[in-house]
Amino acid sequence: MKSPNTGRRSRLFTTAVGGLALLVLTACSGGSSNGAGGGTTKSVDMAAELKKPATIEFWSWLDGIEDEVKLFEKKYPNIKVKVVNAGQPSAEYPKLRTALKAGSGAPDVVQLETHEVPSFTITKSLLDLAPYGADKIRSKFPGWTWDQVSQGSSVYAIPQDSGPMGMLYRKDIFDKYHIKVPTTWAEFATAAEKLHKADPKAYLTNIPPTNGTVYTGLLWQAGSRPFKSTTATNLRVGIDDSAARKVSDYWSGLIESGNVSTDPDFNDQWYRGLASGKYATWLTAAWGPMFLQGTAKKTAGKWRVAPLPQWNAKEPASGNMGGSTSAVIRTSKHPAAAAALAQFLNSDPASTKMLASKQSLFPATTAQLNDPKFLDQSLPFFGGQKVNRVFSDIAKTVKTDFTWSPFQDYVFNTFNETVGKAMTRRQNLTAALTQWQDSVTGYAKKQGFTVS
Amino acid sequence: MSRTVTPAPARPVPPPVIRTTRRPWRRSTREALTAYAFAAPFVILFVALLVIPLGYAGYLSLYREQLVGGKVFAGLANYRQALDDPLFRDSVLRMARFLVIQVPVMLGAALFFALALDSGRLRFPRLIRLGIFIPYAIPSVIAALMWGYLYGPDFGPFAQLARGVGLDAPGFLTPDWILASLANIVTWEFIGYNMIILFAALQSIPPTLYEAAAMDGAGAWRIAWHIKIPAIRQALMLSVIFSVIGTFQLFNEPKLLAGIAPDAISASYTPNMYAYTLAFTNQEVNYASAVSFLLGVVIVVVSYAVQLASHRRARRS
Repeated sequence: MKSPNTGRRSRLFTTAVGGLALLVLTACSGGSSNGAGGGTTKSVDMAAELKKPATIEFWSWLDGIEDEVKLFEKKYPNIKVKVVNAGQPSAEYPKLRTALKAGSGAPDVVQLETHEVPSFTITKSLLDLAPYGADKIRSKFPGWTWDQVSQGSSVYAIPQDSGPMGMLYRKDIFDKYHIKVPTTWAEFATAAEKLHKADPKAYLTNIPPTNGTVYTGLLWQAGSRPFKSTTATNLRVGIDDSAARKVSDYWSGLIESGNVSTDPDFNDQWYRGLASGKYATWLTAAWGPMFLQGTAKKTAGKWRVAPLPQWNAKEPASGNMGGSTSAVIRTSKHPAAAAALAQFLNSDPASTKMLASKQSLFPATTAQLNDPKFLDQSLPFFGGQKVNRVFSDIAKTVKTDFTWSPFQDYVFNTFNETVGKAMTRRQNLTAALTQWQDSVTGYAKKQGFTVS
Repeated sequence: MSRTVTPAPARPVPPPVIRTTRRPWRRSTREALTAYAFAAPFVILFVALLVIPLGYAGYLSLYREQLVGGKVFAGLANYRQALDDPLFRDSVLRMARFLVIQVPVMLGAALFFALALDSGRLRFPRLIRLGIFIPYAIPSVIAALMWGYLYGPDFGPFAQLARGVGLDAPGFLTPDWILASLANIVTWEFIGYNMIILFAALQSIPPTLYEAAAMDGAGAWRIAWHIKIPAIRQALMLSVIFSVIGTFQLFNEPKLLAGIAPDAISASYTPNMYAYTLAFTNQEVNYASAVSFLLGVVIVVVSYAVQLASHRRARRS
């Protein structure tokens, strides 16, 4: 995937007319059906199942995913796959939710961002893939990646790509103002002041108030663990834990001083900011470099990649931002074929290689992550730097015990209304963090969770 | 000139006293059936696309479904919650304020242009009519994106112009100004539409009235004020009612601008945006239904009040 946030951009194009539109859509439904598949613990005879003819539908926002799908169809000639681009994440999820509620129209296989997997698991929309052979490919993925898509022995999605966070920076601007690449957050703050003083039109970075995934990635790096569920109905909400307060105090200082900008990202204004040198760094995930090449073509050769600045230089850490998976919808009439597609796309060596080279996804499988060809690719846009190697090293420092809430849409939306709003108004973020915590706690209780 | 005046074919006079009830009854049945057949396409669509969804929404609004614990009957609890919900109340009040300011400006301008075109004193009337109407032909999504660019604080033309002459960039997208900026977009979009309605109504006024008035010595302004505007009162009323409904249902423009003005436009900025957020982001479909229903009630009440007020005035004058 390109970003969790091109989502936010494309949300702009969602022109549903609010409540009534929903009502019309849902009205066509005749009650819910959660039929086929799920819940079986016996493993399925995949070899036999996959010989049966089947036609399945696959929703993905990835350009050119048809190429990988062709590899699959070649291997299983009796299975036909219909690829549908249902739009960027925030366009796809409402469609998917509506189809699930309506009980018809949902695809067999669907691309989900990693942080959405629990949100669709709790509504019992996803098929447990373990009986379909998913437990056998567990070893192909790093442990923490696998943890993001599984619960106990159940597997609800297959990881497609990941997004360890790093810092893309403008070497030319850094050189011009004699700024050393900051390795700690303290150095980062000093550099921010220095740059903005030297050029009042430039900011060391932009922290987007409309994109909870960036801030969450930064919280993740600092060790914040906003959600923890002990049982299916119990949730510990710690959005304002001490690590999150530390991060928020830090960014409050930067924002209040006016040394960093707080523009919404993934819109025209922001693209121009990246291309014009308004922002000297972009704190983003491993899919960022490719995205940047397409967006700020004129700045080719001026960018470099470094790890995120650190809280503790001796213990380098990072967070993850974005990344997506392939999941199978429980109502699928051909669960075996669907499960096979989800697994093949993301674990077959030819397919994962193609995902990394053609779609420029940052790999999820260990094999692809360690493939020398992938690691040693040098990108002219980044002055010939081996960008994949930098991010591959960063990936090893991503802290692994982070979990998402079962209603992540709501969490990100409330981020915009609380912390995001405080960013735009250049107010204290730590106070807003408490509001965020309170909103999410209230929502969780209303949804029937016991909150501790 | 010899011309036989053929009398109009005599209408069948109903027999004065005795009347066999069967035949006319049959005929009226047939007429009724024909009428129903003609109305059927509308009725079917109306029922399928409006009545049934509305009924279903009403049904949904009486339940509450949780992520944990499933679906339970909630009675009117969703409505009680909505009435106490400051986010919903604020969104409705915001649109009421929008209505009071934007609609008179828009209709005033539409009326002015319609009268100007009707006066026949403009050069290139067709070009002008088309020019004013074109914004309505542009999809509102495109219009909002375009205005979003024009309003842009860094690269928008107004901002660049202001900076060019040494001023601060105008804060179109700040919380203080966003309502006015939205009102500007909506006005721009709908002046032409309302102008066409009013212009069409003006065209249907018999010109003899103007001749009579001119003979009595009335000038163009007096004719406009005393003849034209009273004559198109019905059309004006229609425009007002449409604008009331449109205003409370505002969605596309604020939804699109929210992307570039996140602190000025929240997810509950208009009632429809709030219902959308509740249903699609928060997964609170039942509560969203209740909010949508209440919004419908608000629109009915305001529209009715506007109509009532205008009728009273019409009767008085």
